[in-house]
Amino acid sequence: MSGPAGTSDGAGPEIVEAEIVVAEAVVVREATAPEAGPAQGEALLRARSVTKRFGGLVAVRDVNLDIPPRAIVSIIGPNGAGKTTFFNVVAGILDPTSGSVEFAGRTMVARPRRTWLEPILWMLPAVLVLVVAFLLGVQSRTEAEVLVTAAVALGTLVFTLLLAIVRPSWYQTLLARYLGVLRSARPNDMVAAGIGRTFQNIRLFQNMTALENVLVGMHLKLRSNLIDHLLSTRRQRQEEDVAARRASELLRLVGLRGRENEVARNLPYGDQRRLELARALGNDPALLLLDEPTAGMNPAETAQMTQLIGRLRRDLGVSVLLIEHDMRVVMGISDHILVMDHGERISEGTPDHVRRDPKVIEAYLGAAPT
Amino acid sequence: MTTVQDLPNRQITPRPVRFARAREFLRTHRSLSVIVGMALFAAALPVIVLLPPFSGFSGQAVWLDGFTIAGIYVLLALGLNIVVGLSGLLDLGYAAFFAIGSYTFAFAAAPFTHNDFPFWPMLLVGAVMAAVFGVLLGAPTLRLRGDYLAIVTLGFGEIVPIVFLNASKYTDGPNGIGGISPPKVLDYIFPTTGNPWPYYLVMAGLIAFSMILIYRLEESRLGRAWMAIREDELAAASNGVNTVTTKLLAFALGASTAGLAGVFSASKLTLVSPNLFRFDVSFTVLAMVVLGGMGNTWGVAVGAFVIFMIQNVVLKQLNLFFDSVQVPILSDINFIQYQFLLYGIALVAMMLLRPEGLFPSRRRRRELHTEEDPSFAESGDPLGAAPE
Repeated sequence: MSGPAGTSDGAGPEIVEAEIVVAEAVVVREATAPEAGPAQGEALLRARSVTKRFGGLVAVRDVNLDIPPRAIVSIIGPNGAGKTTFFNVVAGILDPTSGSVEFAGRTMVARPRRTWLEPILWMLPAVLVLVVAFLLGVQSRTEAEVLVTAAVALGTLVFTLLLAIVRPSWYQTLLARYLGVLRSARPNDMVAAGIGRTFQNIRLFQNMTALENVLVGMHLKLRSNLIDHLLSTRRQRQEEDVAARRASELLRLVGLRGRENEVARNLPYGDQRRLELARALGNDPALLLLDEPTAGMNPAETAQMTQLIGRLRRDLGVSVLLIEHDMRVVMGISDHILVMDHGERISEGTPDHVRRDPKVIEAYLGAAPT
Repeated sequence: MTTVQDLPNRQITPRPVRFARAREFLRTHRSLSVIVGMALFAAALPVIVLLPPFSGFSGQAVWLDGFTIAGIYVLLALGLNIVVGLSGLLDLGYAAFFAIGSYTFAFAAAPFTHNDFPFWPMLLVGAVMAAVFGVLLGAPTLRLRGDYLAIVTLGFGEIVPIVFLNASKYTDGPNGIGGISPPKVLDYIFPTTGNPWPYYLVMAGLIAFSMILIYRLEESRLGRAWMAIREDELAAASNGVNTVTTKLLAFALGASTAGLAGVFSASKLTLVSPNLFRFDVSFTVLAMVVLGGMGNTWGVAVGAFVIFMIQNVVLKQLNLFFDSVQVPILSDINFIQYQFLLYGIALVAMMLLRPEGLFPSRRRRRELHTEEDPSFAESGDPLGAAPE
């Protein structure tokens, strides 16, 4: 696996100078980039027989997918093929009915979460102590004893609540590993692990400025805590300054220079897509999940976006998992393509392989008359 | 790099901002401006009520007493604004935290319980107690949104006063707990009647203190996370915001302000009783937040003050006023009887004419007035809606 400097040698300068007109040539070059090939090294993301049912409907059935570091993998398929559902499983928004998702060697999503249990589990120790304290308090006669039990009970309650806010990992490990509940990542846990995502229908914070949007994306990078907020410490102010500079850099990277203070809703459509990408980059992800990043864009914008994705891989070293309908984008940029239909994998391989697969052609165009 | 940036940039001309430099100064020196603003306000009010139209109604002491009680509502509104305005979680049971703060101090400093803890540390204790119950209420509601959240908080707001009502062994039921001891500074005991100045000044200090902290929260990464949750919870979670702890913190911090207000009010009124914390308190405070301008801290504070004054002072003075000038029909009307009618009419008119509140936050105005936006008027909504 070559480093970022090595990979940019061949394709780099030409991409930088490429005009919109020759974008297609760029796309071809991207595809033949030297680091392609999913077989190298340890996979960054490993989805194992992911199945998701909604009632009787099987949206995703038994899908496996490996994403190596610095690879661009695409999922294609007709509408309703289960691409976005699979995506949401990987992003921790939906839990799989069965199967698991490993990221960077850790099992992140394994079984359906039981969210209704969560508050109960956090409160359980405190409630137990309260019950015991109440029973003791009922038996004790003197005022002082009642006061002491009440104080102990309240103290435990406060302590548990603070624990619930801080969320110590040992309690989470206890619940997940030994009691077998809550073994499932929420979206923010996936972000913390290093996955960033964009949405098919743009979901920006519409009334916040572009800069604020990216700053929210950098939420986990910022380390200031409640005390810092309340005292407005020097540490927090410095951190905010650094973060604002970094956010402007990201905006410049995606081509939104000078639009920091514009409200997200006022940006043109293509810029909104780019802003969403910048926001997803805020947390320095190792893997980017892009859900139709060029949907609704004109050919010039599409070419720019394609270039941008290639450049992100080259400069930032991110892997990309892409859902896309535009075949020029997919075929040009991907190292590996997974084709889905009716929730199942129907084909998988390099762009050339997929392009020639009769099953893929059938899924898109219908069966050839025999 | 170059190709992406050399897009045909459609420049949007920014709307000229009035007093740009003053605004910038206020933004960068927020705490200072809050303190100075609050000091000016607190100094101006006692002078204003000495002037003709106001001095005719009642003496300065009565006015200051009213302002102090209004201050309690300002604190409540500031706290609820964290939950409703900043984080977008509709809370209809906010009076519960007010009650918890009040009863905390009542338990701590009343002859009924034979305790006499000092006032100042109890401010903190009351705030912490309310925050704990804020989290307790928050935890089961984490998965609820909008209407459902509102119903659960409504239930909580009903439960708390009823618990205080029925646990008469500890709270003396409907009679409430009286004789709560006033604050002390060194050997000086605050007078609960007569001289209103000590309470008035403490209230001003509490409001300034809360506002500074709330502004700081608002401008931190926590405040951004609150706004992100308000705008789009799923997107916030997908960008690393832990929605569970962020929402719990909103509930806790919002409740702690109510706890402060509760301790103060218990000490000012020297009495707590369950019927001080009924649903209409929650509702009034919510109306204050909405009318003041959701999400805008100082707007909410001023809005709460104005509405409290209208509701509790102006409507009463209307009677006096019309009595004194002897207007034939109007002086026969008991305006206090109709205060909720007038109040309701004001609410309806307000929502129709100025839905974003008296002093809206920048964001809120954007949400409700897209058509005034220059870029919107030019090209329509980026998602395809036409300009209206």
